[in-house]
Amino acid sequence: MKNKYDVIIIGAGSIGVPLAMSLAERKLKTLVLEAAASPGQGQNKCAIGGIRATHSDGSKIKACLRSIRIFSGWEQDHGDDIGWIKGGYLFPVYTENDESVLKELLKVQQGFGLNINWISADKVRELVPGIAAKDLRGGTWSPDDGSASPLLSINAFYRRAVKLGAEFRFREPATEILSEKGAVTGVRTAQGCYTTACVVNAAGAEAAKVSEPTGIKVPVKPDCHEAGITEPAERFFEPMVVDIRPGDKSKNYYFYQNFEGQIVFCLTPQPQLWGADRRSTSEFLPEISKRMIALMPNVANLKVRRTWRGLYPMTPDGFPVVDFPPALKGYVLAVGMCGQGFMLGPGLGEALAAHIAGKPAAEDKEILAGFRLERSFAGQEKLK
Amino acid sequence: MNRITEHPVLQPEERKKVAFSFDGKKCEALEGEVISSALYANGIKIFSRHKKDDGPQGIFCANGQCAQCSVIADGLTVKSCVTPVREGMKVATLKGTARLPRVACVQEFGRVEELDVDALIIGGGPSGLAAAAELGKLNVNTLIIDDKTTFGGKLVLQTHKFFGSVEDCYAGTRGIDIAGKLEHQLKEYPSVKAWPDATCLAVFSDKKAGVLRGDKYYLIRPKALVSATGAREKSLAFPGNTLPGVYGAGAFQTLVNRDLVRPAERLFIVGGGNVGLIAAYHALQAGIKVVGLIEALPECGGYKVHADKIKRLGVPVYTRHTIVRADGKEGLETVTIAGVDEKFKTLPGTEKTFEADTLLIAVGLSSVDEFHAQALEAGMESFVCGDAEEIAEASAAMFSGKITAHKVLKSLGVMAAPVPQFWFERLEVLKSRPGVTKTPAAKDHAKPVYPVLHCRQEIPCNPCVTVCPKKSIKLCGDSIMNTPQFTGDCIGCFKCLIICPGLAVTIVDYRKDAKNPTVALPFEIGRGLVRKGDKVQLTGWEGADLGEAEVVDVKDFKAENTLVVIVKTTPEKADLAASLKLFPAEAGRKTVTDLARADDETIICRCERVSLGEIRRAIRSGMRDLNQLKAVTRAGMGACGAKTCATILLNIFRSEGVDLKEVTGFTRRPLFVEAPLGVFSGVKCRTEADEKASWSGF
Repeated sequence: MKNKYDVIIIGAGSIGVPLAMSLAERKLKTLVLEAAASPGQGQNKCAIGGIRATHSDGSKIKACLRSIRIFSGWEQDHGDDIGWIKGGYLFPVYTENDESVLKELLKVQQGFGLNINWISADKVRELVPGIAAKDLRGGTWSPDDGSASPLLSINAFYRRAVKLGAEFRFREPATEILSEKGAVTGVRTAQGCYTTACVVNAAGAEAAKVSEPTGIKVPVKPDCHEAGITEPAERFFEPMVVDIRPGDKSKNYYFYQNFEGQIVFCLTPQPQLWGADRRSTSEFLPEISKRMIALMPNVANLKVRRTWRGLYPMTPDGFPVVDFPPALKGYVLAVGMCGQGFMLGPGLGEALAAHIAGKPAAEDKEILAGFRLERSFAGQEKLK
Repeated sequence: MNRITEHPVLQPEERKKVAFSFDGKKCEALEGEVISSALYANGIKIFSRHKKDDGPQGIFCANGQCAQCSVIADGLTVKSCVTPVREGMKVATLKGTARLPRVACVQEFGRVEELDVDALIIGGGPSGLAAAAELGKLNVNTLIIDDKTTFGGKLVLQTHKFFGSVEDCYAGTRGIDIAGKLEHQLKEYPSVKAWPDATCLAVFSDKKAGVLRGDKYYLIRPKALVSATGAREKSLAFPGNTLPGVYGAGAFQTLVNRDLVRPAERLFIVGGGNVGLIAAYHALQAGIKVVGLIEALPECGGYKVHADKIKRLGVPVYTRHTIVRADGKEGLETVTIAGVDEKFKTLPGTEKTFEADTLLIAVGLSSVDEFHAQALEAGMESFVCGDAEEIAEASAAMFSGKITAHKVLKSLGVMAAPVPQFWFERLEVLKSRPGVTKTPAAKDHAKPVYPVLHCRQEIPCNPCVTVCPKKSIKLCGDSIMNTPQFTGDCIGCFKCLIICPGLAVTIVDYRKDAKNPTVALPFEIGRGLVRKGDKVQLTGWEGADLGEAEVVDVKDFKAENTLVVIVKTTPEKADLAASLKLFPAEAGRKTVTDLARADDETIICRCERVSLGEIRRAIRSGMRDLNQLKAVTRAGMGACGAKTCATILLNIFRSEGVDLKEVTGFTRRPLFVEAPLGVFSGVKCRTEADEKASWSGF
């Protein structure tokens, strides 16, 4: 049947596109429905591009290790440059408290076999020339992490998914998830109905709204982060630098120099800006300017080119929800990425595709184990 | 030095000399001059090498909008067209991406000053200045900002006299003089603050406008915002379009008329709208040879008087022609044009190649409306006037500024009365496109002295009527769109001849010699070019050759900067003669062009050097979202923020047969002009050089 699919994915974003690619690789007939006009036009293009495996829990670590394998090998395997740089993540430390928190976390991360270490202040200055030296105590350094261009990556994944047979319908949002006797039967859009026994909600910031009619509540609500990009300059540092100290109107912020030489930066506002308003406020640039320049005076002369706001689809505990809720058979949640959809996407896509195909390996199971819908949501992600 | 020292209208001021260097070579600038103009004055046209292909780049917009003219000045990448030269400045070619200079440490952070005003006007051109004056009259707390160091917008580039009506918009006065009058007028209104060198970077959702004044950043909270931001020039896609020497007509006028730099010897122009036609005229005034001007349509779109003015002086105007390609090694050397059919398809075998060092793109303007759009999105009281609202003449812009000011007054509750309806009607007339062109009428009188009005196209203009002391020139109807006619007596005072913006009035005089009349011709090119006793080539109203004539007198009306050349001629030619030819037309060389690689040699996104070929392939692969096109090709991702390529991209979709309803436009995000990160926190840094200098080693 023409309109019959093995899997229908709602959302062609950070999760939906690589998932479609993995499903198509497994020869599953896949359709992706997307409200926007092309892939990655929701929050994916707002991501600044950081990719790290150095989280604090097994599920995310394993998903991201797999993502890193995909990102880092992409150009060799498929020929497209996606701007991958193995630049590492660096958390410079200026206070005693931060040092003890990060060193504590380090033990957990090393326990998972991650390549992350405490480095001296001198080594930090060597990695990031010009970083403020006063009170610098050292930092944690994970050289195997990196970055890639979200824009190039999602389009590369999209092209591959299409090549493998996945279908995409843009400007065609899903309006209803159809079900009968507690099982998914299809999806309705303004243009028509599509039959399937498996629907994946990968709607990012819209996930809760998409899920509402099914009666399955997903605890996802977006908050807003602001980001920007500068003109290019000759490459002068490699790592993603994460400053976890609080500022006047912000929590942490982070930045790196991308493959074009541009510095891309992102700030977590404090208090959090809940809601889906993505218009730019006047507060962001003064705040980030002061914070970045205090840490790295060199960037004062670099011109800011563009700014934007992106949404983090947040869950109460900072971990995603990737699960098969038993209340509706065939309904799959891949939601609540909490701002890490881009780095989680390819690895998580492979693991979820294995589950959907019914042949999950042990690692696939471990990846989803931490992302159950039925959990207390009481804990807190150690490091956002 | 390529400086203009003799000009019929502009007088170079005495300015202090400033020494600087370019790539180690000693150069000289004038105090306050921007780097780009200083480089051109020193004969330097290549400012940077593109990181993608090492191709040479020079000036393009000269308006702070693109970043094509970037150079390294004292270690920092700057836009040379908006950065003044400082004594001892070390300027260098920007090659690829620049190395950041080391900054040793932060000394202090400043505070972002917030300022409340009733009205913020972005843009100090004709419409903004007119709006500010209206607001000032009612004592409204107004701030008007402009990104240049002088107010007037594009008026300061206009050496020609303005059209329109004398009572509404200074018709018959030169643009540069209007700029001065408008700026001076603001001084009468203490409630109006004017900030030059202040660039609006963005309007934010919290209803504040981010303004960079010099290197200090302000957040302005206006009750009403007026975008009087004018227009930017459209660009054109053809092979060789990034060569240094190919740039906008606005950039040319900036170099020539604002900075009195002669950037070209042989000029070619694409576009027969008013901008292109006027640029040709400005070039002639600056002593530059205009090799030709092309227009794709069957007629020039600009005022006929502008087109005729340059034709009479000897500039060949090729209608139904297009640019095929521009060639040259490190800069423009030749321009190849060809005829087009009704569907604008190039006619093979009609190619002609001309030698030219400069090619101006004057293919229309598009409104600068991003701040207005953002302000509306933020829910502000937002207004727009002048070219930012609708592209028209500066005369209309001034009127639209006045009207907009009254809308602002109403929104502020200052004046309850509505804007009079006839103001809107007047604005519509001033905005009018040219109407019908009438053929020359037969002479129906036998006056001994009389004006011949070579003004036969309906345009909104009436200075000749206003100025005639005998009230002998009348419009054929009530509207100022009507053409003028002579009915009555003439005393030969030259007033109509001198005030006419189109140089379309001559005075025929039989008083001294009833058989051999003299004709007085307006002439604004160079003083000393034509002298008594010279034989000159007379030309008719549309440039037709009328043969030789002898100059019997040259009168210099210094206050109006207009020369009147009086020639002796015959009764047959007297009423036909309108001007004199400066040089014979060149025929060009017949060529055959190879267009096989044209798509790859045509650059669409200049910032990122994305070719037409890359865009076409993306469209043919099914891309319909400009944001995706940008993500994949980088077109529109550069410093200018897609200001230049956005409209060209849509044209390519059209040419590929794509319905534009299927195409999703660019998402526009701030900033709209790049600014250093440090300005947002008012940081004061010490550079390594400062450190070394301050360490005395006691």
